[in-house]
Amino acid sequence: MTAPATAAPRRRWRMGEETRWALLFLSPWIIGFLVFTAGPMIASFVLSFTEYNVIRPPEPVGLQNYERLTTDRRIGSSLANTAFYAALHVPGVIIFSLALAMLLLRVGRAAGFFRTVFYLPAVTPAVAVGTLFLLILSGNGLLNQVLGVFGAQPRWLTDPDWVKPGIVIMSLWSLGSTVVIYFAALRNVPTELYEAAELDGAGAWSRFRHITVPFISGAIFFTVIVNTIASLQIFAEIYAMFFGATGSSSAQSSALFYSIYLFQKAFRDFEFGYASAMAWLLFVIILVITVIQVRVSKRFVYYAGDDR
Amino acid sequence: MTVQPTQAGGPPLAPAAATAAGVRTRSGTERRPIGGRISQVLQFAALAIATVIFVFPFVWLFSASLKTRATVLNNELFSEWHFENYTHLFEIVPIASWFVNSMLVGVLAAVTVTFSSALVAFAFAYFRFPRRDLIFGLVLASMMLPGAVVMIPNFLIWDTLGWTNTLVPLWAGNLFGSAFYIFLLRQFFLGLPRELFEAARVDGASYPRMWWSVAMPLTRAALIVVFIFELKASWTDLVKPLIFLKDIGLYTLPRGLMSLVSRFNPTAGGEGQFQYVMAASVVITVPMIIMFFLAQRYFVEGIATTGSKG
Repeated sequence: MTAPATAAPRRRWRMGEETRWALLFLSPWIIGFLVFTAGPMIASFVLSFTEYNVIRPPEPVGLQNYERLTTDRRIGSSLANTAFYAALHVPGVIIFSLALAMLLLRVGRAAGFFRTVFYLPAVTPAVAVGTLFLLILSGNGLLNQVLGVFGAQPRWLTDPDWVKPGIVIMSLWSLGSTVVIYFAALRNVPTELYEAAELDGAGAWSRFRHITVPFISGAIFFTVIVNTIASLQIFAEIYAMFFGATGSSSAQSSALFYSIYLFQKAFRDFEFGYASAMAWLLFVIILVITVIQVRVSKRFVYYAGDDR
Repeated sequence: MTVQPTQAGGPPLAPAAATAAGVRTRSGTERRPIGGRISQVLQFAALAIATVIFVFPFVWLFSASLKTRATVLNNELFSEWHFENYTHLFEIVPIASWFVNSMLVGVLAAVTVTFSSALVAFAFAYFRFPRRDLIFGLVLASMMLPGAVVMIPNFLIWDTLGWTNTLVPLWAGNLFGSAFYIFLLRQFFLGLPRELFEAARVDGASYPRMWWSVAMPLTRAALIVVFIFELKASWTDLVKPLIFLKDIGLYTLPRGLMSLVSRFNPTAGGEGQFQYVMAASVVITVPMIIMFFLAQRYFVEGIATTGSKG
């Protein structure tokens, strides 16, 4: 037929060869996205309004799971534990990584060697890091041997007050990838700027504050976001350390991070509905924190050669 | 190079580095040490202390793996050499199977995700099609989603297919690409001159041929980065084995190591044979360290790129 067809089929008919090939190339991701991301998101959202334990079909319970989030004391305590950890871990990683990266910058050719050394813990599997620190943090372990000089002997693995600081120390041991990112960023800071600043009489702190920080602010921003998101979901090493078949209950309540509680609700207690509601709460928390960080960063992040 | 539209969706992360051309940029000159000899000595001292902090725990771990139940928690370095701990370990738990399972899953996960992500990344980098930037924004946005949100439905999918308690769910999802690697590889494909592909077209190359014979060989380094990143991620992962595997013979190394902690950790009321936990920790760690030394260049480039091209 030569009669003008309606707009929609016409456009489809005209889908170019390139677009069809693009769709073919994209198809793995499209299928994966629909089946393993978009579909499950909808399913998880629906499940969060039901009670479901795999054996019996899901039963709608309205907002009950979300109401339970507000009354479940372990939600509050696990969120507080997670916030405590993130509040120490993220600044700690940023500060120590930056210090190490700046040291690397000063040693010329030896930098490659030290970078390798700093990165080693980061390739160590999380569960092995956990087991290693069960040894290091134990009563008369390596850390307390060192601290013995100062007369301090915290019980890192059993004293609820010291469990989380111990976990933070463990987490700082694996900061290698942040060092690598900062080192790469620092090498892009033009040397002439420092020389000019020095001629102008700028001190070390002033050079750091007004040249180094602005120039690597993009990298700092990236690592703050990535480390924050990761720290809110910390799981493997802590689960292996404290949540095996048995465990000291006082230490467990102090090390009960949100992801661990969520995992227990889902795959130990098989409360799929409640766990789904918990997962959505986590998603919202991460989203809100990330949006705040992006907003704040707009004021501080400097992009060279960028007219944004 | 063609002008590429800015990425939609993702936060504008590209920092000071105007080095977006490719990872091989060795920008920046070596900085001369600032300050006098004293501060130089202090800097080296600080680096030496840091080196001890980062390396000594590995030495400690290996030393502890060679002790006995009675001495594993004492603090003497290499006071005993019970290499039989390792042979015992292989007798009391199926750690050889765990090792093979981890290898199998790791290689399958890494191979599948490298090729699927490269295919999709090429589409975003080369083809012009409607809503491309919107779809790519969706790819970036999907990286934000915590795994916990889709964890339960994904378990139900594999359960319905009857593939729980098999190794399949540990890698098969990678057949469909992964947002982070798609993003990373797209950056590399964008770095290739478009004329290269136009020339191939003139010579009569099909699109799959352009991808396979032109784009892929030229981004070999980036593909290796993706491969080793995923191999490491898979080797390290505890969550999926916890969710999907029941039979002890099917465990991967992280899952197996965790079962050893539960069984032997004295502070958690276990049997106290902690030297076996340490020996298993060595077994799971050594392959990663070997891989790191073999592929160090790619690890470093990959991470530095992630941080500066985000």
